[in-house]
Amino acid sequence: MTRVLDVQDLTVDFRQDGETTHAVRGVSFHVDKGETVAIVGESGSGKSVSALSTVQLLGDSATVGGSITYDGTQMVGASERDLRRVRGNDISFIFQEPMTSLNPLHTIEKQLAESIELHQGLRGGAVRTRILELLVQVGIHDPESRLSAYPHQLSGGQRQRVMIAMALANGPEMLIADEPTTALDVTIQAQILDLLADLKRDLGMSMLFITHDLTIVRKIADRVCVMKDGEIVEHGPTAELFANPQHPYTRTLLEAESTGFPDPVDPQAKVVAKAENLKIWFPLTSGLLRRTTGYVKAVNDASFEVRAGETVGIVGESGSGKTTLALAMMRLIQSEGRIVFMGKDLHGLGERSMRPLRSDMQIVFQDPYGSLSPRMTVEQIIAEGLTVHGTAAGKNPREMVAEIMGEVGLDPALMDRYPHEFSGGQRQRIAIARAMILRPTLVVLDEPTSALDMTVQVQIVDLLRDLQKKYQLAYLFISHDLKVVRALSHKVMVMKRGDVVEAGDADAIFDAPQVEYTRELMKAAFG
Amino acid sequence: MDTALPPTPKKGRFALSPLNKRRWKNFTRNRRAYWSLWIFMVLFVLSLFAEFLANDKPIMVSYRGEIRMPIFSFYSERDYGGDFPTEAEYKDIEVKCLIETGGLEICFDDPEGMIEAANTGTIEDAEFDKGWLIWPPIPYSYNTIVDIPGVAPSPPDENNWLGTDDTKRDVTARVIHGFRLSILFTIIVTSIASIIGIIAGAIQGYFGGWVDLIFQRLLEIWGSTPSLYVIIILFAILGRSFWLLVFLTILFGWPALVGVVRAEFLRARNFEYVRAAKALGVSDRTIMFRHMLPNAMVATVTMLPFIITGTIATLASLDFLGFGLPSSAPSLGEMTLQAKQNLQAPWLGFTAFFTFAIMLSLLVFIFEGVRDAFDPRKTFS
Repeated sequence: MTRVLDVQDLTVDFRQDGETTHAVRGVSFHVDKGETVAIVGESGSGKSVSALSTVQLLGDSATVGGSITYDGTQMVGASERDLRRVRGNDISFIFQEPMTSLNPLHTIEKQLAESIELHQGLRGGAVRTRILELLVQVGIHDPESRLSAYPHQLSGGQRQRVMIAMALANGPEMLIADEPTTALDVTIQAQILDLLADLKRDLGMSMLFITHDLTIVRKIADRVCVMKDGEIVEHGPTAELFANPQHPYTRTLLEAESTGFPDPVDPQAKVVAKAENLKIWFPLTSGLLRRTTGYVKAVNDASFEVRAGETVGIVGESGSGKTTLALAMMRLIQSEGRIVFMGKDLHGLGERSMRPLRSDMQIVFQDPYGSLSPRMTVEQIIAEGLTVHGTAAGKNPREMVAEIMGEVGLDPALMDRYPHEFSGGQRQRIAIARAMILRPTLVVLDEPTSALDMTVQVQIVDLLRDLQKKYQLAYLFISHDLKVVRALSHKVMVMKRGDVVEAGDADAIFDAPQVEYTRELMKAAFG
Repeated sequence: MDTALPPTPKKGRFALSPLNKRRWKNFTRNRRAYWSLWIFMVLFVLSLFAEFLANDKPIMVSYRGEIRMPIFSFYSERDYGGDFPTEAEYKDIEVKCLIETGGLEICFDDPEGMIEAANTGTIEDAEFDKGWLIWPPIPYSYNTIVDIPGVAPSPPDENNWLGTDDTKRDVTARVIHGFRLSILFTIIVTSIASIIGIIAGAIQGYFGGWVDLIFQRLLEIWGSTPSLYVIIILFAILGRSFWLLVFLTILFGWPALVGVVRAEFLRARNFEYVRAAKALGVSDRTIMFRHMLPNAMVATVTMLPFIITGTIATLASLDFLGFGLPSSAPSLGEMTLQAKQNLQAPWLGFTAFFTFAIMLSLLVFIFEGVRDAFDPRKTFS
């Protein structure tokens, strides 16, 4: 077989403020014609940097060493003109975020035409024909009507399809896909992976696939390279590597799956929070007088209850209303229907009368980077709730912060640092500490593990389970990741476009889903 | 659980957070901004002591062994042994003679001779007591009429380094006092207008909805008020004064920052850490000022140089048009007007131009450095 891409002893250094960071250290791999090679690693392992360096797409602060040959041509130190020829024509890229990769101000047709006209010299009707052909190829239904659509009018999956069409426009020999499915829902993820596999086979392309998700790798890759801290620690054919991992890190990665089940709930446990016929409708207004013409039904008639020590998992794809439901439970947005918390009807309570209750209900958000104020120290962040609700008797805030940091697995000595000095997992622990220091009875967890690496996810799930057992916490656990939900939840509620399609005991739903939609989700998650 | 408590970090009153330390480092690395700041600070501090640099009264007088500070206190000619109850004219040779000789009557007949005699120490009078005067480097204040022959404006010479203006006032003295007046005016106006603007923008952006809608409409009406007319009318009714001008400039200047701060708050109010703070039950005011304001500060600091230079320009242009400060006030804008009216006296024009050019350039360089130092890409990298 012919080698399309051959990377030998690649090093990438980033210089900043006189400090050099070695992002990639002596990496070697190759991609043969018609082959899919996956680079797997956690965030910060240098996998994206390695991929981008193949066509020298890194910024000026990076120094690339070693040798990268594409089709016999040396890419390291090649002139900008040669690189540009390779970039658009021979090697194409698909990036993670389909919303930001497309220009929001241009139609799909215009964006696709640009590259085709530039690289293939087609004009007029021929361009249109080629675009339609591409859109059909990537599985967009009724492509003619989609030509004049803007990116925001398409769903996430459709946008990623358009991105793939763009990448395919010039008939590349090689496709570099950098986490192409990470931002998508599980069911869409599966479709996109199938599409990529089909296209690769039909067009005889090679593919370099970068991901953190081992499940995807198993489905799509011929060979796998596992990266850690800028080095490839293990590589080999997919089946072999999965069956018999040699390096301990590979083994950790493979085992990093949230398993186990939550401890059973005491049947006598009292109900902490209850929602009845919860509705959150956002009015759509139109016309001069802003009359309400319809509603976006973000959450439509949801009822559930959480008992002490119990976890209710809320599952659904993006746009199903999970997060809206969480915010409504926290009384952070308006809603209709009854919410009873610790025997008290929250409906119609003002912010002032809510304040004493706030110490009993807490929320942990998805994004550990966005949920901590960058300008406050960890101590200030964690202790903030104490400034509102007061400290426990005979303790000063600093002691309480130290105590809770120890409990969530952080070194209390770090409390005077700022959030940006911590890793994603540590930040999520800080966010959990902030919620736990008030000793709440209900904690709403809004996708607390989604932004984290698998190995870290497992640790956070364990931590949450321990805390629940210790303090008999009631969790409202929101996630699109069914594996994590399985590991934590006693009850599950499946949501689709604002409606609760199925609800009940976790065991029952996971073992025998009743609704088609739930079955689809299960299939996509557990394969 | 046994937890070792780390020692509480020592916080002096002026301790900088690591972020601000980094910003200061970024700022000092920009040599042009750093040196501009030093030059500006030296000029500004010097100009704060303008009375000691350019004044028509001596800084210190020793009269019959008594030390007097005419800069601060009133002394009549009688206090120096003269005749008039009015303030002593220190420039008069008779007064000078009175001081140096300790108030000898003979000064009114032959002042020059007595001064010389006093200096050589050849006076044989029991009343004689040697005195002295210390003058500022420029012995004219901004409103002193220089007593020299010839037409006004008179060209630069060894006494009036930058010449005099059309009412025979020393230009150097007016520049020093005018610089201070411009900068103080700007500092007062900018800081008060910024505080009002930030609070207004914060409230609009944070609460949004109806508050925002109504506030925005009010701002639009306010913004379309012709401020120049209001200033002219109010000056005509109430008379011109520095503080009235400060008040009016703030009145029409505060909306400058509202837009930026409002936009930053609108953006930040959906941040997760703001939501998290709300979920903790933190009050609106605390959220606004502890969590959101630091974010809005970067945008504010970026806008600030425009506001500062704009305020200097406002003062100068009002003075230039003749609607600004009273004509006796040391105003750079008024000097520019005189320069236009007296093209035969180029020292006026050049002085006004270079004063403005140096002052504005220094400020622009400094704020360029400040803006870069606040750039989150540099501070958080």
